Amino acid sequence: MATKTTSRRIFMQSAGAAAAGALAAPYVKTATSAGRLKLGVLDHWVPGTNQALRQILTRWGEANGVDVSVDFITSLGNKPLLTAQAEARARAGHDIFMHSSAMVPLFKDRLVALDDVVEDILSTQGPIADVFRYAGHLDGSWRVSPAPTGTNCYATVARRDLFLEHAGVDLTELFPANDSRDPAKVESWDWEAFRNAAGALHAAGVPVGAPVAPIPDSTGWLTQLFAAYGAAVVDERGDVSVNSDPVREVLEYAIRLLEFLPDSVYAWDDAGNNRWIISGSGSAIFNPPSAWAVAKRDSPDVARHIWHCDSPRGPAGRFRTFNTIFWGLWDFSENQSAARDLLRYVAEPHVVAAMLDASQGYDLPMVLSHYDHTNVWADGQPPAGGLYNYAIRGDERPIVGGYPAPAEIGASITVQRVVSNLVARVTQGGDSIDAGISWAENELEGVLRG
Amino acid sequence: MRVLPPLLRRKPAVAVLMCVPLFALILGLVAYPFFHALFLATLNKAETAFVGLDNFSFLFGRQTFWMVVRQSLLFALVAVVFKALIGLAAAHAINTIPTKGQRKWRGMMLIPWVIPPALSTLGWWWLFEPTYSAINWGLTKLAVPAVPWLSDTFWARFSIILVNVWVGAPFFLIMYLAALKSIPGELYEAAEMDGAGPWQKFFYITLPMIRNIIAITTLFSIIVTLANFDIVRVLTQGGPLNTTHLFATYAFRVGIESGDIPLGAAVSLFMFPMLAILAFIILRNVRRRAASLA
Repeated sequence: MATKTTSRRIFMQSAGAAAAGALAAPYVKTATSAGRLKLGVLDHWVPGTNQALRQILTRWGEANGVDVSVDFITSLGNKPLLTAQAEARARAGHDIFMHSSAMVPLFKDRLVALDDVVEDILSTQGPIADVFRYAGHLDGSWRVSPAPTGTNCYATVARRDLFLEHAGVDLTELFPANDSRDPAKVESWDWEAFRNAAGALHAAGVPVGAPVAPIPDSTGWLTQLFAAYGAAVVDERGDVSVNSDPVREVLEYAIRLLEFLPDSVYAWDDAGNNRWIISGSGSAIFNPPSAWAVAKRDSPDVARHIWHCDSPRGPAGRFRTFNTIFWGLWDFSENQSAARDLLRYVAEPHVVAAMLDASQGYDLPMVLSHYDHTNVWADGQPPAGGLYNYAIRGDERPIVGGYPAPAEIGASITVQRVVSNLVARVTQGGDSIDAGISWAENELEGVLRG
Repeated sequence: MRVLPPLLRRKPAVAVLMCVPLFALILGLVAYPFFHALFLATLNKAETAFVGLDNFSFLFGRQTFWMVVRQSLLFALVAVVFKALIGLAAAHAINTIPTKGQRKWRGMMLIPWVIPPALSTLGWWWLFEPTYSAINWGLTKLAVPAVPWLSDTFWARFSIILVNVWVGAPFFLIMYLAALKSIPGELYEAAEMDGAGPWQKFFYITLPMIRNIIAITTLFSIIVTLANFDIVRVLTQGGPLNTTHLFATYAFRVGIESGDIPLGAAVSLFMFPMLAILAFIILRNVRRRAASLA
């Protein structure tokens, strides 16, 4: 992923220009002239969030004379992608549809450019993190707009009691629920330290669990592991780079780490790691706080020990994989004016804050200023402070699946599960590292084909 | 009584007219999708340019594709053999039950076949669940080590074949049972009078008399088994390591999930020539045997 840094001067110039544009062409609501809007959005993992979103959308519809209907689509079994494929080919279905970062490149030619909407949002609410621009701004235009709900990231979700008892690691000291981190201690939290802890927890009968199956959750944690070792299967120029020393190094590490994980990780679905920690069988997973939120309801004794932490560091740094969720507008939508109004509305701070509360902090805002309007991560409990570090507090760099390849190639790497298959081949399938890399090179030809 | 128009009083015209809905269905649901798939398979990934057979030549260079070919054939071969053997044994067993009591057994044995496979496979998934498998729970209670049903290549393949056999064996059963009932009882009585034992009656009367049904049932089952999708999709999604992908699930992964519809169409069309040749050979043999009997 090409990373851009925006200096304060450039940002202020852009913001000033955008503000001037907004004054010259005042935004006029047009939704009252519209009739119906159909939305296909993520069926949220956190109980109660769907109802909150439906309420917000219904109220907006009533206020603007628009009949809004919402379908909640589960992410299990890749159903959003399947539904999007069907709708894109049939040119019928919802008006607004959710798109993960891996879906945007697949459907970019069927999505209406939303530059006016996103520029309105950015000009009024400030900048967006680079990782979201990388995922949603393709071929020179915004193909999608920030969704008010669904974006999440793969934090280390760990049992503080088990880590302390069996591995001697005090996670609350390493990653406290305030700004008083000890940089030296955080620096010491690398993948080797994590493996040492995983070994002790495995010996104690409460192993760490992380999927190595053809599912999105595998992509989540393996992307941040690979990035931490500077390992890329395709580099930022779009060239295949899997046959490299960093990839060999990370695969050697994966072989050593997976000795301590249960064999079932090779067959988990996206709920597998949630069940692993909620049941009390496991000591850590890589996940958003959905597992914790469900544990609060179903297994409170587990929930009160769950501590969300930073990812371990590697030789190339510390990374956190984001699962970005945008909302896009199909080109066959017959109600684009109302849809654009709704997209602007759901990016307003009060809507984002309401969804943050409803999702118990699972959702992560895309607009940076939205982090200023909530205390949800500081307030989330039990345990007090356990959710604080789910939002990035330290030196982690946000990335998405396929990093650091260009967005379209990265999306193909993600949906074809190249990385998780590569890791599974060398850790479970009996392939040598060289054989696994050779397989990946062959597979990546398919990813790169035009 | 109204008099039919002259055209409808001609039998050929009525026959053609009554076949129109069938022709429309075949054209709409078989011919059009097939030719559209052929057309798609000749396009580039973006579906903007004709590339001839490039998609097929690209596939032939993929390791994963050839693995899918091998395991599809393995899956179909093993599953069809077991379905045929179990179906034959079960048909014989039911055929020996007095007619009055047969109906309930036939009904019970058909249950796996009539439940929608996606639903019944979900039940199997709960039994095989990677971490909390109900079967493994039972095994561990008996001090038997847990089996990695879905996370190990051998066991994952075993699991999908097992479920396919469970779903498909009743089809063989019902076909074989119908065939067994069509064999005249006099043949067995005559054989018994000549001193034939059970195996001799089976090999010299039963098998020759139901050979055509076996051939047609096997052909039909091979086609359906090779095209299987739901069992793999629900149980393993092609994993671990792509080692349970079949043509249909791999075509789905490549075409729908990865957004490369032309390549997915090429994968799904790959089995068509194989099945066409197989169907031609089996149906030709059936026709010849039928002609020789006549």
